[in-house]
Amino acid sequence: MIPFVIYTVIFIAAYYIVHNVVRRAGRSTDYTSLKTVTFGDESAVSPDRTASVISILSIFVLWGMFTGSVLLPSFLHAPGPFKGIATFEYTAETPDGARDTATVTVLVHPHGQEVSPPEIEPGDGWANNDSATISIWRSGLIRVDKNDALGRKDGARITQVNGQAIEPGGTVMTEFGRVGMSPKGTLNFVPTKGWQMEPIWLPSPEAVATRLAEIATEGFRGSTLWQHLGYSLMRVVVGFFFGAMVGIPLGYAMGLSNWFRGWFDPIVEFMRPVPPLALIPLVIIWAGIGETGKIILLFLAALWIMAIAARAGVSGVNISKVHAAYSLGASKAQIMRYVIVPNSLPEIFTGARVAMGVCWGTVVAAELVAAEKGAGMMIMVASKFQNTDIVIMGIILIGVIGFGIDMLMRWAERTMVPWKGKA
Amino acid sequence: MSGLEIDNISMRFDLVNGTSVQALKDVTLTLKPGELMSVLGPSGCGKTTLLNIVAGFLAPTGGQIMLNGRVVRGPDAERGMVFQQGALFEWMDVRQNVGFGPSMKNMPKAEKAGIVDHLLDVVGLQGFKDKAVYELSGGMQQRVALARCLANDPDVILMDEPLGALDALTREKMQSLVLKLWKETGKTIILITHSVEEALLLGERLIVMAPRPGRIHKEYRLPFAEMGVDADLREVKKHPEYTSTREEILNMIWNMEEEIMGRSEDAS
Ligand SMILES: Nc1ncnc2c1ncn2[C@@H]1O[C@H](COP(=O)(O)OP(=O)(O)OP(=O)(O)O)[C@@H](O)[C@H]1O
Ligand SMILES: [Mg+2]
Repeated sequence: MIPFVIYTVIFIAAYYIVHNVVRRAGRSTDYTSLKTVTFGDESAVSPDRTASVISILSIFVLWGMFTGSVLLPSFLHAPGPFKGIATFEYTAETPDGARDTATVTVLVHPHGQEVSPPEIEPGDGWANNDSATISIWRSGLIRVDKNDALGRKDGARITQVNGQAIEPGGTVMTEFGRVGMSPKGTLNFVPTKGWQMEPIWLPSPEAVATRLAEIATEGFRGSTLWQHLGYSLMRVVVGFFFGAMVGIPLGYAMGLSNWFRGWFDPIVEFMRPVPPLALIPLVIIWAGIGETGKIILLFLAALWIMAIAARAGVSGVNISKVHAAYSLGASKAQIMRYVIVPNSLPEIFTGARVAMGVCWGTVVAAELVAAEKGAGMMIMVASKFQNTDIVIMGIILIGVIGFGIDMLMRWAERTMVPWKGKA
Repeated sequence: MSGLEIDNISMRFDLVNGTSVQALKDVTLTLKPGELMSVLGPSGCGKTTLLNIVAGFLAPTGGQIMLNGRVVRGPDAERGMVFQQGALFEWMDVRQNVGFGPSMKNMPKAEKAGIVDHLLDVVGLQGFKDKAVYELSGGMQQRVALARCLANDPDVILMDEPLGALDALTREKMQSLVLKLWKETGKTIILITHSVEEALLLGERLIVMAPRPGRIHKEYRLPFAEMGVDADLREVKKHPEYTSTREEILNMIWNMEEEIMGRSEDAS
């Protein structure tokens, strides 16, 4: 909730700063500002790149703030968890009204460190001082009356913490955290957790980066990082390739022949709405969890998309183009080659872009279910061992690769079918 | 026998709901080689249908088309077509579009290049031959379409509202170009238009069609095309006969339109 509020504040503040302070200096009347109709005209809205940069930066800043990242100056950090020596006092009372007070010293230490309780003096009176250790983000029971001269079996009860009354089930807030009392009268101490995220939920950016460097050099589960990613990519490329090799001719046949159209329409229309993920169990039963199964799955994912794209490309041809070609003396084969095929390319490229995206998503999901190598397998195994940094690293890499694939397909589209959308 | 014979053509479209539309009924016309004929008529009177039948895209339900003594059985390079718009191949540049017909005949490269260059000169697009067609204005695109049609050296050129999408000024320039090409190449041309002025200027013969069923209502023989070949078209329009014929045809079409409206009001 708090991160969301901060993000909104950054959004609004950045808008005002960029518009009123930065841009005021170099303001000029450009054509956009002279446009009267801008609403609903798609060309009138183009992404403000400054906003994009600030947006990405603020996500990283927020991430750093709430994980105590060393990349950020510490005054930007959200309050962190308490670390070091915490103390509080408790007061015990015997049935006959005698009271004594003692101090509890707790060493709050980073998780996983071997530490011993701090050395303390027993203090005076019948209630003795105590010491304990608790690791950051955790809590601990402290049997403060265990070492007292008059303990629980003598009828002594703890009645106050830091001078405030406490009873079973109650709590008292101290400077260092919360002291609670169990129904049986034992104290427990929860050191202040602050607003930062525990690394096990969300590691800091530098922890993820370090892990990336580590896995890039040492590998993960017997394969290098590049093998994991490479295997995923290879499956996508091979599956997509076969899907396109079968799907495009199938789509053409469906666009050109009534018989093919009738024969395959029910199959294609049925398979199209089936999410490829739903096929994973069946493919595993039939082909196992090896490469064959994954490639069959991706083949199926790409096949229908490509068939439908090719079909749309063929049926979408403007009839006057075909008529024009006929009256210019083209034969059927020539019309196919010089009119139908080029005319369908924009649709096919759009289909290919969609299919690559779907395949990438499907391969990751399939690897989550079962695989020996692959990006999805990497994050699934890491999550079983609570290696959140690897999971986050994997998600970022999967995102980056997915984005890269999309950019590549767009680039291919721009260079191969520059007339797209220009007819 | 040479020339284009449109012999007793009828066309009936059977609709999916079981009824049918008589788009054309007993249309008969003969065009001598090199004749320029414009066709006018209210919307839906079967002009496009007639042109598509001549081009061979549609088979008539009655009658036949003969060109140079042979019966027309389908589209062919001897009958070129210029569409209103959208029929250029946007995956080809201007040069490839114009050279499409020759390429389909596997004409030698050098010969093809000569034809393409010549035609681009004629239509005034020499400087644009490497441009993509979607980078051209509407008027330039129609000039490419004309050049592409001429590159195939057809006997008959069929035009369905070729200038309909152009602005007035471009349209006037294109009208002069069509007249010039007609005179220079001696092609038989049929031109459909919605503009009475254009029909008067671009027709040695002018056919006015009537709807339901589509048929020839009246035919004119006009001197304006011949005059317009080397005169300014605006001068031609000042001719007294031009003005009177225009009024006559406009009235005729108005009456037809009113009759159509009246009939459909009765029906409802
Ligand atoms: N493929 C078709 N199927 C059914 N009816 C058709 C078909 N093509 C044309 N028609 C009908 O035939 C008649 C003539 O149509 P056509 O397109 O030839 O008219 P037009 O004179 O070219 O009209 P416009 O000036 O609007 O272009 C119309 O009533 C039309 O509805
Ligand atoms: Mg028409």
